[in-house]
Order: sequence, then structure tokens, then C-alpha cells
Amino acid sequence: MTDTEEARSESLQLGEPIIEIDDLEVNFAARVGLISGLMGKKGSDAKAVDGVDLTLHEGEVLALAGESGCGKTTTARALLGLIQPQRGTIKFRGKALPRDTRSLRPFRREVQMVFQDPTGSLNPRQTIYEIVAEGLRIHDIDEGPNGETEEDLVAQALSRAGLRPPQRFYLLYPHELSGGQRQRVVIAGALALEPKVIVADEPVSNLDASVRGEILGLLMKFRDELRISILIVTHDLGLAWTVADRVAVMYLGRVVEIGPTEEVLLRPRHPYTKALLKVVPEAGEAGVIREILQGEPPDPTRIPAGCRFHPRCPVVASGRAAELGIEDRCRGEDLPLAEVGDQHFAACHLIDINQQP
Amino acid sequence: MSVLNVEDLRVTYTTKGGDVPAVRGVSFSIDRGEVLGLAGESGCGKSTIAGAILRLHSPGTRIEGKLELEGEDVLSLKPGRLRAVRWTGASIVFQGALHALNPVQKIGDQIQEAIQVHGMATEKEAAVRAGALLEQVGLPPRRKNDYPHELSGGQKQRVMIAMALACSPTLVIADEPTTALDVMVQAQVLQLLRSLQHDLGLAMLFITHDLSVLVDVSDRLAIMYAGKIVEEGKANEVFHAPQHPYTAALAAAFPEIGDTRFRHKPAGLGGDPPDPQLIPSGCPFHPRCARAIDACRTVVPELWDAGADRRAACVHVAGAPSLDSVMS
Repeated sequence: MTDTEEARSESLQLGEPIIEIDDLEVNFAARVGLISGLMGKKGSDAKAVDGVDLTLHEGEVLALAGESGCGKTTTARALLGLIQPQRGTIKFRGKALPRDTRSLRPFRREVQMVFQDPTGSLNPRQTIYEIVAEGLRIHDIDEGPNGETEEDLVAQALSRAGLRPPQRFYLLYPHELSGGQRQRVVIAGALALEPKVIVADEPVSNLDASVRGEILGLLMKFRDELRISILIVTHDLGLAWTVADRVAVMYLGRVVEIGPTEEVLLRPRHPYTKALLKVVPEAGEAGVIREILQGEPPDPTRIPAGCRFHPRCPVVASGRAAELGIEDRCRGEDLPLAEVGDQHFAACHLIDINQQP
Repeated sequence: MSVLNVEDLRVTYTTKGGDVPAVRGVSFSIDRGEVLGLAGESGCGKSTIAGAILRLHSPGTRIEGKLELEGEDVLSLKPGRLRAVRWTGASIVFQGALHALNPVQKIGDQIQEAIQVHGMATEKEAAVRAGALLEQVGLPPRRKNDYPHELSGGQKQRVMIAMALACSPTLVIADEPTTALDVMVQAQVLQLLRSLQHDLGLAMLFITHDLSVLVDVSDRLAIMYAGKIVEEGKANEVFHAPQHPYTAALAAAFPEIGDTRFRHKPAGLGGDPPDPQLIPSGCPFHPRCARAIDACRTVVPELWDAGADRRAACVHVAGAPSLDSVMS
């Protein structure tokens, strides 16, 4: 395939680390029914994130991908200090995040969140101006670095987010805008604070197809012009292909593969990444019945022993793992990420014996 | 003979704010065993068409044109006959199916009810058929005693598919059947729909905004914009060699992994889909179109020939009449 050859990545140049997540673990307490609770039964906690290491570099776009329940959103929320992790540290520019809300405030200004549903994240009773200005007010910013007034800052954020002329939007309410425009308002609200990092959780999955590209283009522009680092949480590997420098694939609370986008998506080394790629249609393959992972998304209250993917792994199911003599290890031996290429890591027993998934 | 034949369908919602023309003259037909994919963005009228086929719209909605299901004129059906046609002639799998099941009734009973209401079988036969249907959609028959809350999203959608098949319809309409589901489950449900359609020789109308899904399941594709079909043809060809600029933009929204044209270059259209009450003059797509010329503002394009077995409503296609003749 010539496309693949062309896409072979020259070594990816990464900037300074801006956010470093180290050995993050987040549990959610189990819920038990009233009767079972009275009888002293305990449910098992859900390990949403179970030992994640992740670094976001300056000016980098990193995609965090996986099925629902894999812990990608929980990782993003812990990163923002919205969830207290049970274990692990999150560092922003080399400094560990404080635990109390008040000391988190300066950090929150630097790291902004864009959620999936623009309608749900905008207050329907506030005008667009108020919405964008609110962040500035919370952080007591009445003046920009060059003496701009609040109105200047709001106008600048709106027009950077593509809402031009900004004055036309000041007095409108969210219901008067289209879905794409609402997401732009959310982005303007985040931008007004001049953040260093934007965490975008499925930023376009609620938007119409033709509008998606514009919003993604906007995020790319911020990265190029303002050197904002972006963490995009998504289930859509096609989207990762379009925007990300690196892709991290999560499965049951762990990163199972991470590396430069071209490497991970064109030459995956983990069978799960390969399976995720199989559900994305490929050129000239219409109507072909593809091999699809069966079964439901995994349950974080019951993490299997060994490689956590082994109950669904096609390599195990097909008997190939047994042939290669690694089946026992797949079933019984948990494993960390191993280096498989330049900045490319994956956690699979096949790597040890130099086999492709 | 085609299973479904739609000619110049127009659906207008009447609201306090005036008439809203949601579908503005749409024609297509679906043969036995054929899957037609209908794609477009929200508000383009695609779901309105689904509703019109089974006459699910509220009173006051104007439906004009011709709608024939197996040669029978749907728009003039009497209520009793209409009830019979729903489920037995055509059935729908909705997007919101996850909430469409009765939460306090066992799923087996819900499927059984659909069969019995139509007088297709005795209670005993219906129960047997319900079990068989569950098996057909990949659920163990013992799950018929489960309540909806005991099922996952993908399993509920499988139950909805079983119900849609309960009365052996000739046409199944799938309206965004996988949108609310997780990626892997979505692929499973699509695979199931495709294999059922193939095994049972069903005619299928598959509606979604996700072109990449449609290419996989459809034989033919029709792309809608502002209440009209703007391009139609063989699925693979429409997706990979779009003739209408709007189709090209939609296809670009779902890039293929490995396609270097889209690497770090998200492609998008400026602007938003038009308000059905304020449809632009000429070609309704012209305000967002990069290839628009002066004529696009005045000439209302029709579906002109755009290659073998392909039609597109754009002045740039090969089969478009010369602009002088249209303008005069």
C-alpha cells in the first residue's frame, strides 16, 4: 500500500512535557442493594483507571481512544482535578497537583475542558457574552496582559473560535445558535482564559458531519498558532487519524498501546488496537464481513487475571497463542508496556516472541 | 416489482410559525433484497421520510406524492389496514430503541405480543417464535424471561431487531439503529442487520448521518440535503468518487485511516445546514459550496446524469444541461 509507505513517520519531535500522569488509579465504590447491604455483603469496586502513565507535551495533540468503560473519560477528569484519584500523581509543568480545590484554581485556568454536549454545558439563561465572560470573572481577570478590557477579551475569544463578528453574538442565548456554533461558544469560553492545555472529551460526536471538520480545524489552529496542547478523548480512530500526533489506546483502565499516530493506526502491535481498527471501514471493502470482537464492553468491576484482554483476544480464541506457546502467559501473567519502536509501546505477550497480532 | 416505491414525496409540518417543508419532492424505490442507504445531516428530512412510509406523523402534517408498499398506496390506507401493514408490511428499528421497550414486561412477552396482535399465531406458537427470533438475533432464548434493564444497550437493540422481524415484514426501516451504541457493539449490530437482511432477502431502508456505516451495509446510497436527494448511485462509488460537493464534504467527515490527504487536515464545510423555512434560492447548498458559481444562486438543480447509474443535482455534473438553456 503506497499510502502506508508515504505515511511512515519521520521521528516525531515532542516538546517539553506539560502534563505528566504517573501510575494513576481511580476506583468507584461499588453499589449494593439495600437488602444485600444489610446482610453485610459488599460489592466489588470498579477500577475505572488501573495504573495509567501518560505524558502530554507542549503543543502536542494526543488522542485517548477506547470503548466506553475503558477509563478514557475518567483519566481526563482526574487530570482536571475533577475526580480524586486513589493513587498516583498528576504533574503540571513538573509540579504535582494540589488536592484542595482552592489551590487548584490557578491550574484550572491553564487547563480547560470542552465537553461532548455543547447544549448541556451552556447555561440556557445566560447570554453568549455572559457565558464567555464567566470564566474571566471566576478567575478575577478584569484586564488582559496588554490592558484589554473584559469586552476585548470576550470579543477576541469569540472571533478566535470563529464567531464573527463577535458583537453579533453578545446578546444571543444558546438556543438561538446551531449545534456547531454552541460548541464554538464552549471553545471560546475555554480560550478566553488563555489556557496552555485543552482537554476535549468527544468534542464533535454530537455535531453534524459537515460541521465536525470546522471544529477540529479550529483545535488544530490553536495548536499551531497558540501552541496549546490538546488531549482529545474519542472512540473514533478516524478522528484520531485526522488530528492527533500520538494515539493512546485504553482497555479496561490501562493504556495498552501508545505511539505516533501513523505507527499505532497503520502498524498496530496490540490485538485490541487491531480489533478497534477493524470496525472502521476501509477503502474498497464495502460489504466485506470483517472479523469483529464479540461480547460486550468489559466490566471494570471484574478485571480478568493475566492480560486483561485475553478473554476477548482473537489471538487466544483462534488458538494461535497456544501454538506459539504463550497462552498460559496470556491467561496468567499481567504485563506492562514494552517498547516496540521509536516512541511506540504496547502491552502484549506477542511482542516478547517478536510476533505481530 | 419494487417493494417500496416513492414518487415526488413531499412532507410539510404545519406549526404555529408557519409551514415547514421537511421533504420537498423525493423519489426512490427499493427492490426485494436491496438495501438503500439514506444519508444526510439532522434536519435534512431523512427521518421524516421513514415516518411518512408508515404514516407515523401527527395529524396536521401534510404528506403529498406517491408512497407504494408492495403496490399498495400507503397514503390512502384505512386505519385497520394501516395497522396491519405496520409490522407485517414494513417495520422500523429506531435510534431511541433503547427506551422503546416496556420496562415492566419481559422481553419475550413483548415480542410475543407483536406477533399475537397481528393474529399471526396462537399464544403457544407465538412463544415458540419469540424464542426463535431471539436466537436469530444472537441472544440465547432463555433471555426471553429478562426485563429490559437486565440487558445491555446492544442486547436491547437486538431485541428491537427481533421485534421488527416478528411479523416477517418485507421492508425494514432502520433509522440510526446504531448511533447510541459503543463502537464495537455498533459493528456487531451492523453485522447482524446485514446478515439477517441477506438471509431473509429483506428490502431495507437504512438511515444515518454516518456515511462510513452506510457504505458498509448499503447497495445503493441516496444523499439528502435540505429536503431533497442531491446524489444517488451505487454505495461504494458514491462514497469513494462523490459527484456532488456536499457528498464530498460528508465523505470527508469520515476519513479513512491511512488516507494521507486528511492527516492533520480536518476537512469541513463552513456554515450550517439551512433552516427548512428559509431554504436558499437556486441550489440550496450554494452558500456553503466551494464550487458555487453565479448560476447556482438561481438555477434549481435536478438530479442529472453523472456517470453510469449515477445522478447528482449539481450544475457541474456531466449530464447537466448547458447553463444558457437553464438560465433563459
